[in-house]
Amino acid sequence: MSDDVSAPARVAVTEAAAELLVRLRAKHGDLMFHQSGGCCDGSSPMCYPDGDFLTGDADVHLGDLAVDEFTVPVWMSRNQFEYWKHTHLTIDVVPGRGAGFSVEAPEGVRFLIRSRLFTDEEWAALEGA
Amino acid sequence: MTVYAAPGTDGAIATYRARYDHWIGGEYVPPANGQYFENPSPVTGRTFTEVARGDADDIDRALDAAHGAAPAWGRTSVTERAIILNKIADRMEEHLEELAVAETWENGKPVRETLNADMPLAIDHFRYFAGAIRAQEGSISEIDGDTIAYHFHEPLGVVGQIIPWNFPILMAVWKLAPALAAGNAVVLKPAEQTPASILYLMELIADLLPPGVVNVVNGFGAEAGKPLASSPRIRKIAFTGETTTGRLIMQYASQNIIPVTLELGGKSPNIFFGDVAAARDAYYDKALEGFTMFALNQGEVCTCPSRALIQSDIYGDFLADAVARTEAVKQGNPLDTDTMIGAQASNDQLEKILSYFEIGRAEGAKVLTGGHRAELDGDLAGGYYVTPTIFEGRNEMRVFQEEIFGPVVAVTQFADFDDAIKIANDTLYGLGAGVWSRSGETAYRAGRAIEAGRVWTNNYHAYPAAAAFGGYKGSGVGRENHKMMLDHYQQTKNLLVSYSPQKLGFF
Repeated sequence: MSDDVSAPARVAVTEAAAELLVRLRAKHGDLMFHQSGGCCDGSSPMCYPDGDFLTGDADVHLGDLAVDEFTVPVWMSRNQFEYWKHTHLTIDVVPGRGAGFSVEAPEGVRFLIRSRLFTDEEWAALEGA
Repeated sequence: MTVYAAPGTDGAIATYRARYDHWIGGEYVPPANGQYFENPSPVTGRTFTEVARGDADDIDRALDAAHGAAPAWGRTSVTERAIILNKIADRMEEHLEELAVAETWENGKPVRETLNADMPLAIDHFRYFAGAIRAQEGSISEIDGDTIAYHFHEPLGVVGQIIPWNFPILMAVWKLAPALAAGNAVVLKPAEQTPASILYLMELIADLLPPGVVNVVNGFGAEAGKPLASSPRIRKIAFTGETTTGRLIMQYASQNIIPVTLELGGKSPNIFFGDVAAARDAYYDKALEGFTMFALNQGEVCTCPSRALIQSDIYGDFLADAVARTEAVKQGNPLDTDTMIGAQASNDQLEKILSYFEIGRAEGAKVLTGGHRAELDGDLAGGYYVTPTIFEGRNEMRVFQEEIFGPVVAVTQFADFDDAIKIANDTLYGLGAGVWSRSGETAYRAGRAIEAGRVWTNNYHAYPAAAAFGGYKGSGVGRENHKMMLDHYQQTKNLLVSYSPQKLGFF
């Protein structure tokens, strides 16, 4: 999902989450994710109509999820990224209620981050990219 | 031992309605769109009531009611408002057991906590602010012999409040009591996981408050929370939750130029200095309980002591005792007064906690106890239970840096005072911290060096009114639980008055 084919993607999406994104896009238009931290529904990815959440220099663009015919950008606070950057993130979905203003909650489901460590090869490629 | 009957069964002391509308203008009002959502109890995973699914139209109606009530409410004397707050406290006290059972059923937390912490604290909070508003005074500055500046406190008007699900009634009261004491009208949106217990309370106190002073609209964040937070008709927004939504709410507030208060969580260090283990006495026992506080409220507390830092010279023995203490935590039916840890509040919470068990193990953190879902029998089989879990690892691991919001503590060791402070402050957050030492000097210096708004010293997880609570760094803006909270709900009116008959002479 990066332009640089040699660097591995930092983010991915499961099939179930991708199907949900297709339905949500039909309802809300273009979408974006911002990974949250902290209390309650924290440490969860928040899905918003694209541009509803203002990103800036305080954020890192982790990549774009390629879903169907469109893409969904994924963002995270720069200071949070420092603690997360050694892990690959996959956006999944589970039954649940959610909280916050994430657009999937009314569907009775909640996006969820699944993480794995980058392999040494991937990490070297990311560091070099 | 008492096991309370579940609401909706024979002998229950708390009974939920089958359906809840919005609470607007002092009565139940059906949602404009006619839609409702199911509300399951985390105790069993089964739906026990359905709740109005609000949207912008309902928020507007609630704001109409609030604006209708605010002027007269803001003009009532502080004596009248204090009397009402005290009456609310008395009414809650009369129904304490009933409210505690209702809260446990909706949230999943053990009833021993709602009986002995959530409800008593909420009751006391109304009394504290009833007293604080009576004692509040404006000020006078004598500029010179003829010129006086008078400072009056005035209510903001109509304010918005968005409440989390971890202490549904207590967190609502933390925000309602100061807002009402200061003379504001409120539109409140509970969390979608716990929409009903606050309505249970509103019904109980309906005759005490003028209609429209408190309005409750339920629904999902994207559908009801957003139109409230972004409304140009509120003069302030208060939110407890996580960082991304906190930022979003600040962005909305910037468009309307209104103040925000935010309480956004933490990754609180709980520091045990070597002298804790100088004797195996009552204090040592208290310190072990302090360690185990990570399991309070199933770890669903923004100040959960989710990082335990133990000095190297006592590390092995203290940790062994702490593991034993954790394994003695009794998990079971939240309605049983012997139960110490109940159910996580929702399925997605449960799934998130389990996902952190995976990444914790993958990063090399060692599971000393727990690390899995707890499977309970019978009616509880469908509930969301997790075994209290201790990870051992290093502070840079993600289980040390992210708020898991479950009964999970990450443990590491430190060499000396400076090392302890360095690790404690190596976090994005700064809400709570714990310091345990028999030395007053060590405890004092540690408390002052830690970048957090609340440092519990030789205790943990106490939340008395009159102790200011709020965050440093990424943990938010503003302070709750203290009379200074009144400032967050008041404007300052300055009258600058000249008593001189003499002109200035400029014109």
